[in-house]
Amino acid sequence: MGSAWQRYKTIPSLCRNVELELKRMLPTYFDHNATTPLDERVLQVMLPFFRERYGNASSRHEYGRAARKAVDDAREQVADMVGAHPSQVVFVSGGTEANNLLIKGAAARCQPSQVAVSAVEHSSVTRPAQELREQGWKVRKLAVDSAGRLEMDDVKIALRESATGLVSVMLANNETGVVQDVATVAELARSVGAMAHTDAVQALGKMPVSFAALNVHAMTISAHKVYGPKGIGALVLDKRLDIKPQITGGEHEKGLRAGTENVPAIVGFGAACALATSRLTELPLKLQQMRERMDQGLRTIGAVLFGDGAERLANTSYFAIPGIDGETLVMVLDRAGFAVASGSACSSGGTDPSPVLLAMGVERELARCAVRVSLGRDNEMSQVERFLQALQGEILGLKRLVAVAI
Amino acid sequence: MIKQPIYLDYSATTPVDPRVAEKMIPYLTEKFGNPASRSHEFGWDAERAVEEAREQVAALVNADSKEIIWTSGATESNNLAIKGAAHFYKGKGKHLVTVMTEHKAVIDTMRHLESEGYEVTYLMPETNGLVDMEKFKAALRPDTLLASVMLVNNEIGVIQDIAALGEVCRAKGVLFHVDAAQATGKVTIDLAKLKVDLMSFSAHKTYGPKGIGALYVQRKPRVRLEAQMHGGGHERGLRSGTLATHQIVGMGEAFRIAREEMATENERIRYLRDRLYKGMSQIEEAHVNGDMEQRVPHNLNISFNFVEGESLIMAIRELAVSSGSACTSASLEPSYVLRALGRSDELAHSSIRFTIGRFTTEEEIDFAIDLVKAKIGRLREMSPLWDMFKEGVDLSTVQWAAH
Repeated sequence: MGSAWQRYKTIPSLCRNVELELKRMLPTYFDHNATTPLDERVLQVMLPFFRERYGNASSRHEYGRAARKAVDDAREQVADMVGAHPSQVVFVSGGTEANNLLIKGAAARCQPSQVAVSAVEHSSVTRPAQELREQGWKVRKLAVDSAGRLEMDDVKIALRESATGLVSVMLANNETGVVQDVATVAELARSVGAMAHTDAVQALGKMPVSFAALNVHAMTISAHKVYGPKGIGALVLDKRLDIKPQITGGEHEKGLRAGTENVPAIVGFGAACALATSRLTELPLKLQQMRERMDQGLRTIGAVLFGDGAERLANTSYFAIPGIDGETLVMVLDRAGFAVASGSACSSGGTDPSPVLLAMGVERELARCAVRVSLGRDNEMSQVERFLQALQGEILGLKRLVAVAI
Repeated sequence: MIKQPIYLDYSATTPVDPRVAEKMIPYLTEKFGNPASRSHEFGWDAERAVEEAREQVAALVNADSKEIIWTSGATESNNLAIKGAAHFYKGKGKHLVTVMTEHKAVIDTMRHLESEGYEVTYLMPETNGLVDMEKFKAALRPDTLLASVMLVNNEIGVIQDIAALGEVCRAKGVLFHVDAAQATGKVTIDLAKLKVDLMSFSAHKTYGPKGIGALYVQRKPRVRLEAQMHGGGHERGLRSGTLATHQIVGMGEAFRIAREEMATENERIRYLRDRLYKGMSQIEEAHVNGDMEQRVPHNLNISFNFVEGESLIMAIRELAVSSGSACTSASLEPSYVLRALGRSDELAHSSIRFTIGRFTTEEEIDFAIDLVKAKIGRLREMSPLWDMFKEGVDLSTVQWAAH
């Protein structure tokens, strides 16, 4: 495309046409809960660490010391964003590793008892929790209501009925966007001497997140959901909590996580956090306005909105058009130029209905129709309008097909 | 004018090759999709790139791309291979074998397994750093389930005879894991021929990005592992977590370049290393650590007798080199690798690892030789030990008085 593009650029009138054409061809990205594009400013901050400032942060020479300094600065930026102390930030390869580290690492340091996790957790929490069964742990799922909110009474019951070592409840759900009252959960957990953990991967950058205010013992965050790079995340950890490292082989990250520091990614994470903090007043408002229009349009079309009525992230709409398979709908939407998701991007392959929706008591048939739209900072109201138009058109088409088939 | 400090620490990490960086950037910006996204072009684009990189990594080591599992680096690969196999095959036995000079990622993981009730034999290498085949054979027991030996040592650069060790393991039904983090692009690796079941790789030692590595898991005969990181079931359930597309693309490109250029590149690097070796050999009481024949072309590890290690490092600040491996050099303990070769604490302390790479020039090597010669001369001028040595006093017979 490069050379052709260069040629077009020399003819101004043609150039404008090509630009318009290109814009029309690029699909609209509505899948920000899966991942986000890297902020251009984050890229600029990262680039020198690939080519010039490439030292190993464990080396004692100038290259190493420069890398170490960059890692320390980034640690401060990340800590600042989440109301934590830099010494509480442990860098890992991403949200999945942070969740694994905390759940398995904390469990390894105490007597097996009950681990309580909400019924709508990400698989990187539920799967490690299930692994603990081998060591004699009991896994207790905490119920949610039909809007996806944690049933606080069930939390109390769970903590009463069995000695509990660890409670893990996510701050915001990746599919529904529903926000949980983690501070209250942490208080309940602490009252029975249990550790409290929250997976705040989806919440970060979309709402204020404070480690101190949530009062949890540990919190998981990830860079690539806040316009930072993939391959880097952190476990924010109360230092009084003793956890067993899961990757060994060196004293990196104060012995909690071995492996050469991923300096460019760590630097990118820091920069992304600093930018996200500066956006935290205006971005949720912009997203909220677009999302409200989205929800209103979806209701008009006859969609069922999941998590409706609950406090939700400002960017997420999770809905179903009864009778239209979610997989089919995302495919036709893709052809119409909109990148959206059916269920969570991380659960690879399977066409099983979303466990999150089933936990909310949604019928399997309806759950199979689920489609998630998650907006981001580059989206515009006009894209929402065009999406609603396209969706309406596609639904009509699909319904006609169904009618013909019958 | 040479840019200082001169980077001679390519075994600690390497700069990303400009071609690698160029290939990575689009996957950070416009092609940013999550490779696990199944419903749109952004995801498919990313997935295609991930699979192309998998082919490139497999091609360098003559493996099938289905045998390559992405991880966050060689440390994680070593953890996954050793713990994953030990846990999966625990019914088969509880004994593992490794070598004293392995990287910490292997040693610490073995220690971790010991705390779980496994038994580990840590073989002492010969004084040249190489593993003796008979001692290795003797260490294998009927209940040995896995042996782990690195292909290239990170400190002294010696190359173990993986082919022969693999044959021994296969004959005895013992799984064989090889840490090849320091080997890619430096020695030819043919996994179709080698009797290796598991092999760890890293990108950032081969001009790729940090934060990405891979584990080779042999399919025929099939090797099973217990996953160490659970979640969305990525990498066929062996390693969950969103794939870092740009890093994977970078590793693929770095390994492609290594495959195409390693023959000519190693020749150039060997020339520079030999030049450095020749220069350093003119210094009295300079002892090379590790075998000089069975060694990668870019490594020179030398101990300078009668020089205090810390003073030496401070004196040659114009060179970015390491004493001991980068991962442990924050501590002042003498290198456990050199101690395992039978070096005294003094010689281990005064060791310098020079590792040469793609962007090292002859001019830089000559500068390094002159600098080290001059500084060692000056340090020894101030050393009473050196004077005694020159006067012919046998220092091992001297009675030191405490005061």
